Amino acid sequence: MISGLRPGRLPHPGTVLVWSVPLAICAVFAWMLGDILLHGLDHLSFSFLIEEPRKSGRAGGIGPILVATCLIVTICLTVSLPISLGAAVLLSEFLRHADRSGRAIRISLDMLAGIPSIVFGIVGNAVFCRFFGFGYSIMAGGLTLACMVLPVLIRTTEQAIGDVPEAYRLGAVALGFSKLRTIRRILIPIAAPSILVGALLAVGRSFAETAALLFTSGYVDRMPSSLGDPGRALSIHILDLAMNIPGGDAAAYGSALVLIGLLFFINGAIQCITLVWRRTAGLTAAI
Amino acid sequence: MISSKSSSTFRFVDRISKAEPWEDRLLRMILWPAGVLAGTVSLAIVLVITIEAGPGLGEIGVVRLLADPSWHPANGRFNLLPIIVDTVLVAALATSLAAAAGILSAIFCTSFAPRMLATCFTRMIELLAGIPSVVFGLWGMTVLVPAVAALAPPGPSLLAATLVLTLMILPTVTLVATSSLSRVPASLLIGGKALGLSAWSIATKIALPAARRGIATGVVLALGRALGETMAVLMVSGNIVQIPGSLFDPIRTLPATIALEIPYAEGLHRASLFVCALVLMAIVLTTVCFIELFQPESARD
Amino acid sequence: MMGRAVPAQRRCRGLALSVGVFLAALIAPAVRADDKLLLTGSSTVAPLAAEIAKRYESLHPGVRVDVQMGGSARGVTDIRHGLADIGMVSRALKADEADLTAYTIAFDGVTMIVNKVNPITTLTEEQIVAIYTGKIREWSAVGPGKGQIVIENKAEGRSTLELFLDHFKLSSPEIKADVVVGDNEEALKFVSVSPNALGYVSIGGAVYAADSGVPIKALPLDGVEPTIEAVATRKFPILRELNLVLARPPEGRVKDFINYAQSGEVYDLVKELFYVPIR
Repeated sequence: MISGLRPGRLPHPGTVLVWSVPLAICAVFAWMLGDILLHGLDHLSFSFLIEEPRKSGRAGGIGPILVATCLIVTICLTVSLPISLGAAVLLSEFLRHADRSGRAIRISLDMLAGIPSIVFGIVGNAVFCRFFGFGYSIMAGGLTLACMVLPVLIRTTEQAIGDVPEAYRLGAVALGFSKLRTIRRILIPIAAPSILVGALLAVGRSFAETAALLFTSGYVDRMPSSLGDPGRALSIHILDLAMNIPGGDAAAYGSALVLIGLLFFINGAIQCITLVWRRTAGLTAAI
Repeated sequence: MISSKSSSTFRFVDRISKAEPWEDRLLRMILWPAGVLAGTVSLAIVLVITIEAGPGLGEIGVVRLLADPSWHPANGRFNLLPIIVDTVLVAALATSLAAAAGILSAIFCTSFAPRMLATCFTRMIELLAGIPSVVFGLWGMTVLVPAVAALAPPGPSLLAATLVLTLMILPTVTLVATSSLSRVPASLLIGGKALGLSAWSIATKIALPAARRGIATGVVLALGRALGETMAVLMVSGNIVQIPGSLFDPIRTLPATIALEIPYAEGLHRASLFVCALVLMAIVLTTVCFIELFQPESARD
Repeated sequence: MMGRAVPAQRRCRGLALSVGVFLAALIAPAVRADDKLLLTGSSTVAPLAAEIAKRYESLHPGVRVDVQMGGSARGVTDIRHGLADIGMVSRALKADEADLTAYTIAFDGVTMIVNKVNPITTLTEEQIVAIYTGKIREWSAVGPGKGQIVIENKAEGRSTLELFLDHFKLSSPEIKADVVVGDNEEALKFVSVSPNALGYVSIGGAVYAADSGVPIKALPLDGVEPTIEAVATRKFPILRELNLVLARPPEGRVKDFINYAQSGEVYDLVKELFYVPIR
C-alpha cells in the first residue's frame, strides 16, 4: 500500500514531488556510476588491489595506496570520534542552549565546516607537518582530516543526544544514576543510529578528501612502514592519474571503483557493528 | 507539546544534590577540554591564515581588493569582488536546491517509501557522500559540461557548477534530515493520522516543523561544504573572473582561485590568496552567526 | 568511595597507558635520521621525479627519496628555507632566482590544440593573438570551421601560460578567455569534449592523447609540426625545461641523485611520460 496514492484520483502534487525527486537522484547516481564502470571495470583485477603502482600508476596496482588510505581514515576516526563525542555531550547535556560558551563552540564549528579543503591542506602542513614535526606523514594527514570532520560529527551527535526524550532522563534521575551512567548506558545507545549518521558522513568525507591530504600525507606511493611515513591516499591517486599523467584515465576510473566498493563495505560494516552493539546493550532495532 | 528539557532536569538535580559523584566530576574534566579543543581549531586556522595574509592586506588594502580593474595578480591587480559574488551565488543556489531535494528525499524515506526501498535509497546516498570531489569533477567535465554546452556555449558555467555542487552536498542534507524526521515522536504522527490528514500533510505540517532544528543543522553543514568545495567546482565552473550575466556564463569561486593559483604564487600574489581564504571565512562566519542568532531554537530549555 | 581507586578507574588508566605506548611505538620509527632526500615542487615534474626516485631507491637500498607536490613556487621556497633538499620547477629560473642553480632533466614544448572534428589545419601567430585578445570570435574568420571559438587559457602563474604570453608578446589582462584550466590533462580533456575549443598544452601530453585516440589534434606553429622530434631538435618555437633546482652547491647524496637524474639511465622514464630527454 503506497501512501499518498488514492485509487481513482490523480496523485497529490506533493506525492508526485516526493517520488520524482529521489528518482531523479537515483538516475543521476546511476549515470555517474555507469560512466565510472564503463571506463574503469576493465582495469580491475585482484592483482590491481595488491600490487605496487608502476609507470606512474598506469600499470601495476594500488596496494600501498589502499593501506595508506585505510591508515589515514583510521587515525582520523580514532582521533575525532572521542573528541566529538565529548564535545557533543558537553554541548547537549552540560550547557544550556543559549549559553555563551555553547553558542561560541557551535559557531566556531559551523565556521570550520566552511573552510575550503585546500586551506586545511596548507594549514595542516604548517601546523602538523612543520610545527609538530611530523613531516609529510600519514599521521599529519589523519590529524588534518580529523579537524575537517569535527563539525559534522559534533553537530549530528549533539542533535541526536539532545533529541532523546525527557522521560529517559527523568527515569535515570529517579533511579539515582549519575550523569555519566545515564549518558553511557541510556542516552548514547538510544541515540546511536543518529550518531552513526554523523560517523558515516565523516567516513565519506575522509575518503573523498583530496586537497587537504595532498599537502599533509603526501604524494609518495611507497608502502608505508609506520604512521610517520608519507603515504598516498586513494583520492590523490585518482587525482594524479586523471589530471597529471597522460594516459592515466583507465587506472583513475578503476581506482574510483575500488574506492566506491571500499566505502560500501566500510559503511555496511559500521552499520552491522552498531546493530550488534545495540542488541547486546538490550535495545531492539525498533527504538 | 513535547520538548526536551534535559539540561534543566540535570540542573535541577545539581541544585538539590549535595555531592557530585566522582564519575561526573571526572566526566566534566574530560568533556570541557574536548569542547574547548573543538572550538579552538577554527581559531587556530584563522590565526595561521591571518599571519600569511598580513602582507596582502597591508600592502594591497581593502579598497583595492574591491575596486581594482580586474584580478590579475601577476600584473598587480587584485579585485576580488566578482569572485566573492560568484562564490556566494553558487553556494546559495546549490544549497537551496540541495535543501529542497534533500528534505523531499527525507520525507520520501520516512513517510512514503516501503522500508526496503528506503533502506536502499539511504545506502545509495551514503555512497554518494564518499565519492571524491575529483570523480564528481571528472564526471561533470566529461558528461555534464558538454550537455550544458549543447544548450549554450561554452559549457563550464554557473549552471554546471550549481548542479555538481548540489549533488555533492545533497547527501549531507538528506542523511541528517532523514535522521531528524525519523526521531519525531510517533505520537505526533499518529495524532495527524487520527485527524485524517494525508501523508503529505502529516509530513509537511507536523513532522517537518518538529524536526526543523535537525534539518537546519544539516543545511548549515551543507552550506559550509558548498562555500568551501574546491576540486569539483574548479573543473566545471570555467574559472573566468566575472559576474555572470546568465546561468550559462562561466564563474570563479574563492576556493577555486586559491587552488588554481597557489602552487605557483609567490610573495604578494600568495598573500592575496590567503586574503581570499580570510574573506571566505568571513562569509561563512557572517552566514553562520546570522542563522544561529536568527533561529531562537527555544524548543530546548 | 573516594581515595581508593575503583576497579573501573584502574581499568581506564591501564587502557590509556597501553594505548599511549602503542601509538608511540607506531610513530617512533619515523624519527630515524636515515639517508633521506626530500623533493618538493611542481606537479608537472613530480611524476617524472617520482619514477626516477623509485629506480634510484632500487639501486641504492637503504636510501629513501620522497617526492612531494606543492607547486613550483613551493619548491623554490622550500629549498631556500632548508625544508627540502631539491626543488622541482617546470620552467627556467627567473631573474630573482639568481641564487639558485637549475639542473635540467627533460624538455617539453607548448602547442595549440583543437578538437578533432574541427576542420582547421593551421593558425598563424597573428590569428592566435587576435583570437586570444577577443578580436576574432568565430571559427569562420580563420578557416573552414563554423561556430563561436571557445577560448581556453591557463591559470595565473602556470609556466605554460607564461611561455605562451612570452612568445606571443601578450600580457595576462589582455586575454579574453572563456574557460580557465589548471593542469595539462584538464586542458586536454576539455578540448576533447568541446568541438569549438582552442587551447594550449604540453606537447608530450598532446602527442600521447592524439596517439591513443583522444579526439584532439595539435596545430603546427610557424610551419613546425608539434612532435617530440621537433622538441628534441629544438626546432619547435615554444620550448620549456623541467628542472631540479638547488639553493646550495650539490654534495653527497644530493649530488649523486642529480647526476643520476641527468644520466642516460633514466631516458626511458622521461620518454614514458612523453617528455624529451636532455640527451
